[in-house]
Amino acid sequence: MYRLLKKILTTPDTVMRRSAFAARDSEFEAIGERLRETVFSSLKGSLAIREVAAGSSNTEELEQTALCNCYYDVERFGIRFVASPRHADALFVSGPVARNMAEALRRTYEATPEPKIVVAVGDGAIDGGIFKGSYGIAGGVKDVIPVDIEITGDPPSPQAVITAILAVAEKLGQKRAARM
Amino acid sequence: MVDFIAQFGLFAIFAFFTGGAALSLIYSAYGAERESWILSHLFAALASLCGLLLAGTVLFASGPLSFHLPFSLGIGPDILRFQIDTLAAFFIAAISIVGIAASLFGIQYGKHFLGSYRLGGFGFFYNLFIASMILVVIANNSFLFLLAWEGMAIASYFLVIFERHEAKNISAGMLYLLISQLGAAFLFAAFLILYALTGSWDFDTIRASAGEMPLLVQNIVLALALLGFSSKAGIIPLHIWLPEAHPAAPSHVSALMSGVMIKTGIFMLIRFFVDFFPTAGISWGLIIIVLGAVSSLLGVLYALSEHDIKRLLAFHSVENIGIIFLGLGASITFFSAAMPALGTLALIAALYHTINHALFKALLFLSAGSVVATTGTRNMEEYGGLIKKLPYTAFFFLIGAVAISGLPPFNGFVSEWMTFQSLFAGIGTLPIIGKITFLVGASSLAFTGGLAAACFVKAFGAIFLARPRHEHAHAHESGFLSLAGMGLLAALCALFGVAASAITPIVTRVAESLRAASDIAVPSAPLQSLGGSSLSMSGVAIAVVFGVALCGILVWIIAGRRKIVVSRTWDCGAPLTSRMEITATGFSRSIIMVFRGLLQPSVQTDVEYHDVETRYFTKKKKVELSLTDMYHAYLYSPAITLVEHSARQARRIQTGNLSTYLLYIFLTTLLLLFWALQ
Amino acid sequence: MEILFYAFQSLAIPLASPAVLGLIRKIKAYMQGRQGASIMQPYRDLAKLLRKDEVVSEDNSWIFSAAPYIIFGTTLALAISVPLIANFGFAPTGDILVFVYVLAAGTFFLALAGMDTGGGFGGFGASREMMIAALAEGGLILSLVAASFLAGEHNLAAMPSQLATIPLTGLLPLFLAGGAFFIALLAENARYPVDNPATHLELTMVHEAMILEYSGPKLALMEWAAANKLLIYIAVLVNVFFPWGLAVSIAPSALAVAFGIFTAKVFAVAAVIAFIESTMAKFRIFRVPDFLFTSFVLSAIAIILIVL
Repeated sequence: MYRLLKKILTTPDTVMRRSAFAARDSEFEAIGERLRETVFSSLKGSLAIREVAAGSSNTEELEQTALCNCYYDVERFGIRFVASPRHADALFVSGPVARNMAEALRRTYEATPEPKIVVAVGDGAIDGGIFKGSYGIAGGVKDVIPVDIEITGDPPSPQAVITAILAVAEKLGQKRAARM
Repeated sequence: MVDFIAQFGLFAIFAFFTGGAALSLIYSAYGAERESWILSHLFAALASLCGLLLAGTVLFASGPLSFHLPFSLGIGPDILRFQIDTLAAFFIAAISIVGIAASLFGIQYGKHFLGSYRLGGFGFFYNLFIASMILVVIANNSFLFLLAWEGMAIASYFLVIFERHEAKNISAGMLYLLISQLGAAFLFAAFLILYALTGSWDFDTIRASAGEMPLLVQNIVLALALLGFSSKAGIIPLHIWLPEAHPAAPSHVSALMSGVMIKTGIFMLIRFFVDFFPTAGISWGLIIIVLGAVSSLLGVLYALSEHDIKRLLAFHSVENIGIIFLGLGASITFFSAAMPALGTLALIAALYHTINHALFKALLFLSAGSVVATTGTRNMEEYGGLIKKLPYTAFFFLIGAVAISGLPPFNGFVSEWMTFQSLFAGIGTLPIIGKITFLVGASSLAFTGGLAAACFVKAFGAIFLARPRHEHAHAHESGFLSLAGMGLLAALCALFGVAASAITPIVTRVAESLRAASDIAVPSAPLQSLGGSSLSMSGVAIAVVFGVALCGILVWIIAGRRKIVVSRTWDCGAPLTSRMEITATGFSRSIIMVFRGLLQPSVQTDVEYHDVETRYFTKKKKVELSLTDMYHAYLYSPAITLVEHSARQARRIQTGNLSTYLLYIFLTTLLLLFWALQ
Repeated sequence: MEILFYAFQSLAIPLASPAVLGLIRKIKAYMQGRQGASIMQPYRDLAKLLRKDEVVSEDNSWIFSAAPYIIFGTTLALAISVPLIANFGFAPTGDILVFVYVLAAGTFFLALAGMDTGGGFGGFGASREMMIAALAEGGLILSLVAASFLAGEHNLAAMPSQLATIPLTGLLPLFLAGGAFFIALLAENARYPVDNPATHLELTMVHEAMILEYSGPKLALMEWAAANKLLIYIAVLVNVFFPWGLAVSIAPSALAVAFGIFTAKVFAVAAVIAFIESTMAKFRIFRVPDFLFTSFVLSAIAIILIVL
């Protein structure tokens, strides 16, 4: 017990202080402010995202998971990841579409109620990326379902994704407005 | 009109039953099977209608009636004494309502048996069965009563084994007959003791002299009556015939057996413990409460483990009889503790639940029957999605399911509410042992309600919802008369719930009539709880309907323009097959596992692998969940062994040697001589 | 006058309930070091869902379509009887057993809707939900009964005023029963440690698994009804088991004070729920029964303490 306590107390502090991020923070917060405004003005403050991994290497998912952490915290902008395509406004599809996932992706698209929007996240999702032309893939996302927005990068950084969500919000806002 | 019914009602009932039974045999003898079936059911329905009229007359207009036919029948003094008091009328009403619905349902149900069985005998025993149930409740004489009681048992035995081509039904019938004769043996003993003490078969004499009997004899008689009648009612551990016999019978007979026949046990228990021996003692009340608590909780747990739809319903009868026992036991306790107002309240609860259970259990058996008839199986795992093919049946089953789960605004809730109230009252007022027992009763009732709801979500979901687990392409809705039978009961389930404030005065009158001579204090109002707040079922119903309507209107205004796209079920992208749906067994498995200490489930798993060596890929997996039959293992088997053993011991004196027997005779004569000379 | 009161109540609960949900999420986010969504976020989500299209499965029956209305309707029916900020004598759906069983009717249809989806998740969600609901019912009923013994009154609407004046010796059983009720609250409203309201993993879901198949306005109704149910439970918890601070007259100042106190009490409960969700792990499903039996035993002890 004593040794354990001693070890805890003597281990150097490895947690990075928030001040270390200060410079990037302000840059990100500026984007965040714009995002909040867009989501509020065009989406009435609510965007639900369903993530679909259609054959990705999991890097895109890791970066998107980061969106919900304490640093990026997109929840404060009214953005939420949901558990079912039925609940979603936007599908974020990552990775090249593997042949076995093509049908699943199509069904996910069918299962999402209108108005909806599809985002291809990462180079793989745009055209297959490094797997382009491989026998195991059915192509990029746009070869399977209609894509509205593409985000480049392999994987795209959370900041890139957030910047893209700006466009998503605008486009989805137009779709919603068109129905009113 | 009233006089006419009062005078000739009883005659008309038995005339119709006799007519139905006779015509059924005659037509069948001449080969007109279809006509025989239809006429027998039609006559049974007409007789039941007369029964309902007569019961209504007694309850609302004429008051108790008694008849006496001065024939001696060659067996002792004139035994044909009938008495229709309000309690009997109440039970006649229950029997008649279920009789009408079951007979209507039955008319079109016969086509499933046409050609494979002779139908004449069925019509005969069907009429005899309902007639003897009515006779049981109106007999005012223990001789006549036992005759009717046995008639009821035997008639229903023949109905149980009607589908005799299946060996299982024969053994179920045998078990049923055995337990019912065992129960009857206790009753014979009880009535013989009473006869020995009073010198009369007459119920009136028994009632009059009951108080003067020695306490020990009273208790022996009550113990025998409790054993005998609760074996008919199906209280655990005397219930083992019930899940075997009820499913074996055709569905409308199951409805009658489960809905009303087992209630004759309740009827006679009320007669004995409230009417004949009103000072039975607190301990009898507490024993009955404990029996009720055990039966209700275990009954619903066994029901959860079933996937045979009719066995499931039969176990729910065990549960509901347990709930009635809770009310009855509370009532006996209060009466013995000189709290007649609360006693009457509890008795009302028991009576109300009796008729409610008759309504919704008959409804559930009839709708289950319509499912079984069209799919040809009782296994719930083979149903699914039937709501699209049998929409009305599904709707009626849903009403029955909601009612039996005790959910407002249907009738089951009202009587469970009253039972709760009387149990709470006991917790507040009785001495310590009573408080604890009532608390146990209330707790078991609390859990029972939730578990029953779980069980009926499972049943309704597995039978009617989602996609078919097996293709039943030819499945179709039942005919109009069958639906009418179910619809009648469903409407009554709703009426007895929503209009509870109009129904309770009638039940109150029945309960009070039993105590009218001795007691005072009329309970303030049965729908009144202790603190003075009362239950307004119509208020609840209006509030719920208002809430649903408001919500519907608001959504229509806000979201009326939306589109609804029909698509496939969200399956996470994988092809969804019906094998991925939850099964009835799987649904209840978690609850069974929680109660594994009580239920002792045994899980058998058979796994076939693609590659036996690596065991990675399962080809086929079969899981079978079953419960250890504790009653056979720990009660009946030892009892049978004991009987066999003692029989073997007794055989030793039977040597088969003539001179030994002569010696026995000689010794016996000597003994008798000594006894006579002293 | 009464009609006005009922109308106010049946509007107040659904109008306020999303904010309670938002509040819990906000406190949770704060505890996790995030800023989190605004308290008003649930309103925005509901508004959006009400305007979306719907996708329904071809396997569903009318049960699936009717269930959201029934479930929402039952919460509205109970909303009129729950004590919020003022004492009043009687309410048609205020009997404690009516309260328990009307909510159970909502759960019944929720589970049926889960079975109706035809997918794997809805079915086992329904199975788990019914297991939890059945086992929670004992503690739920008995804890309310304990309170009603103390109050000498069975109507929720009238209980607080009676309970506010009980002697000090009655407080121990009241708080024991309150603890039991709180456990039932967590279980019935799919909160930690029984269920994870924010899970994305189908295998760990209970409540979410049953509504996976819903979309658009029906999903909004389901979520909204769940929020209503939570607020109803919280209102009963804070006003029956901590029965002080309700307005005794309908003077505006008294009502304003009572509203302030009620808000503070709800805030406290929300904080406790959020605290539990941020510091505890979810129970394994077969540990849940132990937790629920604890609730049952607590309330049984409370009753025995009261009646002996």
